[in-house]
Amino acid sequence: MSRVPLPYGAKILELFRNPKNLGRMEDATVSAVAGSPACGDMIAIYLKIDDDTEVIREATFESYGCAANIAASSILTEMIKGKPIKEAWKVSWRDIAEELGGLPSVKYHCGILAVGALKRAIREYYRMRGFHPDWLPEELTREEKQALEEEELAKVLTRKIGMGGGKKSDRSGED
Amino acid sequence: MANSVKDLMDFYKDVEREVYLDIENSAPVASDVLEEMLPYFTTRAYGNPGVTHKLGWEAYETVMDAAETIAKYIGASTAEEINFTPGDTEANNLALLGVALASRRDKGKVVISEIEHLSIINIVPLLKRMGFEVVKIPVDGEGFIDLDALSDAVDKDTILVSINMANHEIGTIEPLKEAVEIVRDRNPDAYIHSDASDAYGRIPIDVSSLGIDLMTLSSYKILGPRGVGALYVREGVRIERIIEGQVGTQRLWPGIENTPLIVGFRKASDLMFKDFEKLRGYLGSLRDRLIKGILDSVDDTILNGPQGDKRAPDNINISFLRSEGEALTIELSLYGVYASSGSACTRRMLTPSHVMTAIGREYEAAHGSILMKVTRLHTMDDIDYVLEVLPKAVERIRSITPSGGD
Repeated sequence: MSRVPLPYGAKILELFRNPKNLGRMEDATVSAVAGSPACGDMIAIYLKIDDDTEVIREATFESYGCAANIAASSILTEMIKGKPIKEAWKVSWRDIAEELGGLPSVKYHCGILAVGALKRAIREYYRMRGFHPDWLPEELTREEKQALEEEELAKVLTRKIGMGGGKKSDRSGED
Repeated sequence: MANSVKDLMDFYKDVEREVYLDIENSAPVASDVLEEMLPYFTTRAYGNPGVTHKLGWEAYETVMDAAETIAKYIGASTAEEINFTPGDTEANNLALLGVALASRRDKGKVVISEIEHLSIINIVPLLKRMGFEVVKIPVDGEGFIDLDALSDAVDKDTILVSINMANHEIGTIEPLKEAVEIVRDRNPDAYIHSDASDAYGRIPIDVSSLGIDLMTLSSYKILGPRGVGALYVREGVRIERIIEGQVGTQRLWPGIENTPLIVGFRKASDLMFKDFEKLRGYLGSLRDRLIKGILDSVDDTILNGPQGDKRAPDNINISFLRSEGEALTIELSLYGVYASSGSACTRRMLTPSHVMTAIGREYEAAHGSILMKVTRLHTMDDIDYVLEVLPKAVERIRSITPSGGD
């Protein structure tokens, strides 16, 4: 029987309560951020990569966002640890949703943002190393595009809040 | 989707105490209220108040008695001025759309504040489609409406002005008396509506001396049942029904009067007004202990809304910087403390609460805002428990947040 989807399952709540691989990695090979605090959603991903084998040895995250955001980031770091970069690149937000036991449509963007951050980190890694593997597409993926869209929206939002509110909250300053 | 509520309940097994402060979104019915209501579901006055036989007359008497009582509490002159609706949302819709429908030939302007409840804000597109101009009055950093902007906005074409009495999110008690004088001065024919959902039973209201024409009253926010509310409509105000059906005693809301819920609404009102000033003082003391305790024990916090007697006695709204509000409400819930947030995430959208942005809160403060309301059933022990767990919850969420900032 079809129901209005529940935003959270037990897996999400468990990862929210006990996130894995949490925290900034000081000696990361590469890191990337997706999203913006303006939208209430931001994920930072840190990767330690073995240059010879191109395998992700460690992955950690930080998150400013809802419980789904935290859970999605946490599970993504679990999914890519020990994987060759080429394999990690293939992880999709749908894989994350599946691992989390399902994500309702209102929370899809949390998974998308996590994958967006990962893909950015991978691109940055090869940019730093100065070569572009064949399998890495030139064109931005859906996740990267969506992260950009949210960030653009955040800029508009910040401008709106910054201008409108600032003026209003300082009534004494008006004429 | 395999997610089940049953699995989620396991996370709440070890909660030592539950303190429900999410009154904005829903509230329990107080047991003394429910007790009063129960016989009306099964054995008493279950007839239709509009029908002429014994059970109908009993129901009529019950509904009219409730209307008279509520009328008395707000200084209205007759029971007929109290129109029961299925809730606050419906009362606000009736006020705005009902007055607009009655003026549809002349069209004109509707003026509201920027921080109204969504049951008013979300009517704006419909009013515009109907051909009305809608102007939103800005507020200052504490949520007080800009009276100069109000004066500029109200003109001879204005048919209705709607300004909340106490804001539902930040508790700001608006300078309604001054606003009414301004509106009357600019256009004596414009009607004035006030959403008093967060004022009724907590702030003294006298519609006669205030001089307003329509006012929304809430039942659930004073621990009465959901599913009932009321719209005060001063005698003589031109307003039309917005739904149609069989009209009984409630000329503005067809359908069968829900007598048990109306009884509950009345009883909840009685319990608020029985020792009104004392209760107001009690709520205010709970509120102030909670606000002071939080501001003293957690750093990087911002109180949203004013302090002291210009704030609704039940309202607490604080922003916690560097912590996202939805995550914080879930963390608090795992301690048994229930609150809500102005964060986009709880609202299933990307923009934070319009009230938070209207008072000029930056995104971080808006997404990190926590709203709590106290009721007559809360105790100082409840407040102390919140003060014990809340700093821990904030610290945990902050530990997940990127340290480098943005």
